[in-house]
Amino acid sequence: MQLATGAGGPESDVPLVALSGACVHFGAVRALDGVSLTISPGECVGLIGHNGAGKSTAVNVINGGLTPTSGSVQYTLADGTVGTGAAFARACGIRSVFQELSLCPNLTVMENLRVPHRDLTGFGWRKTAAGRISRALDEIFPDHRIEPGMTVGDLTLAERQMVEIAAGFAEGATPARLVILDEPTSSLDAAIARQLLQHVRRFCANGGAVIFISHMLGEVFEVATRIDVMKDGKIIASKPASDFTPQSLINAMGHVAKEKAEAGSAVESGQRIGGEVLRTTEGLTARKGEIVGLAGLAGHGQAEALARFFMSRSGGLRQVKEPEVAFVAGDRGRDGVMPLWSILRNLTLTHLPSLVRHGLVVSAAERKLGADWKERIGIRTDNLENLILSLSGGNQQKVLFARALASTAPIVVMDDPMRGVDVGTKQEAYEMIRWEAGRGRTFLWYSTETDEVCQCDRVFVFRNGRISAELTGSDINEENILAASFEMQGDGA
Amino acid sequence: MASSRLSLLLAILRRPWFWAFAASTIAFFATLTLSEGRGGGELLSAALTFASFSAIVGIGQMFVITLGPGNVDLSIPATMTLAGTLSLKFMDGQTALILPGLGNALAVGIAAGAFNYLLIRLLRIPPIIATLSASFLYQSLAIWWNRGLRIKPPEALADFATGSTGGIPNLTIIGILIAVVSWVLLERSIFGRWVSAFGQNTRAARLSGVPVEAVRAATYISSAVLASLTGYLLASFSGGAALNMGTEYLLISIAVVVIGGSSIAGGNSNVPGIWGGALLMFLVVSMLNSYGFGAGVRLIMTGAIIIAIVAAASGKGRSV
Repeated sequence: MQLATGAGGPESDVPLVALSGACVHFGAVRALDGVSLTISPGECVGLIGHNGAGKSTAVNVINGGLTPTSGSVQYTLADGTVGTGAAFARACGIRSVFQELSLCPNLTVMENLRVPHRDLTGFGWRKTAAGRISRALDEIFPDHRIEPGMTVGDLTLAERQMVEIAAGFAEGATPARLVILDEPTSSLDAAIARQLLQHVRRFCANGGAVIFISHMLGEVFEVATRIDVMKDGKIIASKPASDFTPQSLINAMGHVAKEKAEAGSAVESGQRIGGEVLRTTEGLTARKGEIVGLAGLAGHGQAEALARFFMSRSGGLRQVKEPEVAFVAGDRGRDGVMPLWSILRNLTLTHLPSLVRHGLVVSAAERKLGADWKERIGIRTDNLENLILSLSGGNQQKVLFARALASTAPIVVMDDPMRGVDVGTKQEAYEMIRWEAGRGRTFLWYSTETDEVCQCDRVFVFRNGRISAELTGSDINEENILAASFEMQGDGA
Repeated sequence: MASSRLSLLLAILRRPWFWAFAASTIAFFATLTLSEGRGGGELLSAALTFASFSAIVGIGQMFVITLGPGNVDLSIPATMTLAGTLSLKFMDGQTALILPGLGNALAVGIAAGAFNYLLIRLLRIPPIIATLSASFLYQSLAIWWNRGLRIKPPEALADFATGSTGGIPNLTIIGILIAVVSWVLLERSIFGRWVSAFGQNTRAARLSGVPVEAVRAATYISSAVLASLTGYLLASFSGGAALNMGTEYLLISIAVVVIGGSSIAGGNSNVPGIWGGALLMFLVVSMLNSYGFGAGVRLIMTGAIIIAIVAAASGKGRSV
């Protein structure tokens, strides 16, 4: 992945991509409202902003997938030629790794590489593909356990994300010169995420460029040389990373960070928590009003434990009107979204049986429920009749939250629900979870992010499909969780 | 004013069922041109009568297809035959047994639908295979029971099936009533919402609290019940049941769903299109007949016309 342009040489001033005054309008929505930016070799640009700020649209303009309504995008190839359009974007070596995982689950890892790598044709292309993807995986994620011949549908969410990232960096007809990573670590656990960040730094040191989009500000500070803050389709701040502090960054995004109410929670939770409401065969227990966290490395059986529990307490006709459990999906495409439906229909699905008279849905009641939750949870749309897929990822997630919370279920199961959700929305969601818990709801919350797990009253750490530790109170901290996730001996499993 | 009319027109054009009705109208007038306008009433009446059979089985098939990829009821013809033969034998031409005979036919439908569902659920057989193999059972059962007898329906029932009320064939009235009820069920009821959710993403539907197994059972049973009702009516209409009476309804039941603009991928269906498709299937054949085409050309033309309609409808902003 060595490049002709030496980092620091005069040529490195020639930007790979230059946007000037790029606008993208979808009907009345200004997804991008005059963005100008340049990305040069060796740079790692952190792109941050809330859900719906225009980050994904900006990415799609940069990689040539969207043609801006007005303004221009210019690419400079390795040999110095300048041009515009999707073909030039590809020739320029721009690769994208998307937030919504975009692999075909029915194909193998190497077959999936064929989609972006169009030069993989003719006899024996699978072998070439297998070589490319395994070299990239080995380089970025040493100790990964992914074989090129595995079917993607059999991989865990984290492994799929690793494959997608590796495909972005893999060698090909045109070497990767600018890799766009959109929420690359959202399903990765801390150790794997660290490997990725190291690779990004290596890649940039060798003259590559990266656009790094993440809601985890710590990661952005770790890799970015420059940070661009987006809001309402514009770039509102662009400075070297060292000129920002986490606080100034959050202020720039327009959300006021809330102080963690750590001290009060112990007292509060003592009053809140009631008797035991569930106990599963794995040993998972929860009491009324308790927020129970499931932690550990990604793919160690947490999601399966949640799914088993959910399935055992739902699905019967008796549980339709008075559900015992409600589910918030993290893998939206697979577990949550009804793609043909409006936002409203998606939102009301779980609670709908209670809005029925003589078997028919009372549409006034349905609309009222939708309007209430749009208000409460802040779904960014002017009309709930719009299709769910017209929303940004984070807003779709809010709809799924509303779907579960609008029901009367006393237990809410959440399968890594904050994937790709911005800091401000997360704070609102934490608040809402605490408030609902205060009213006696029990939450089972699997998360790949340690700071989320630390919000819980009790935490079960999973390893190899079993519970390896149960933490409560002040024992819930990153060290203990990591220790229980990695513990190798001593518990005589 | 003009613009609101235009937008109304555009809205109608975008309805997935528009093309089926448009093509039916064209076929109707193309047939009439040949006869210089004579016999329009008879043609319309025949179309409405025969389309009723296709529409009723088509509606049952539509609910099944809405459940998503792989869901299709191939046992419709055999269920029709079984219900027709059993109920006619049961009534044995006695007027007093007309309603019990109807009950008999519907019971056959419930049993067949439940059996289909149990094959799919308990033995985890893909619906296509399950309903196909079940249909051999039903067909054999019909042969065994029937033993080549040809029993006439009770006279009052035959009169009803071939008669009309206020100029509209009785069968058409039944077909439209069923369509209206199904339309309300699909668009307004919780069941319709669940069927659509099932077809879009079964796993997500299950995780959202939809009782997916109950939905699937109800769907397969209602398809079989509608098929058995059609079998009962068709046998009464044509003066007796025959062992091959259902054969052509296998393809027709699927074709009317597709021509009507329902999505083959599931989750998105509409009822008016079923009637449009049912009328079209009859009118195209009678148009080609009256133009004097032979059987081979007729089949080729029918296929080509169906492809053209589906292509035209899917080109109008309808995804999948």
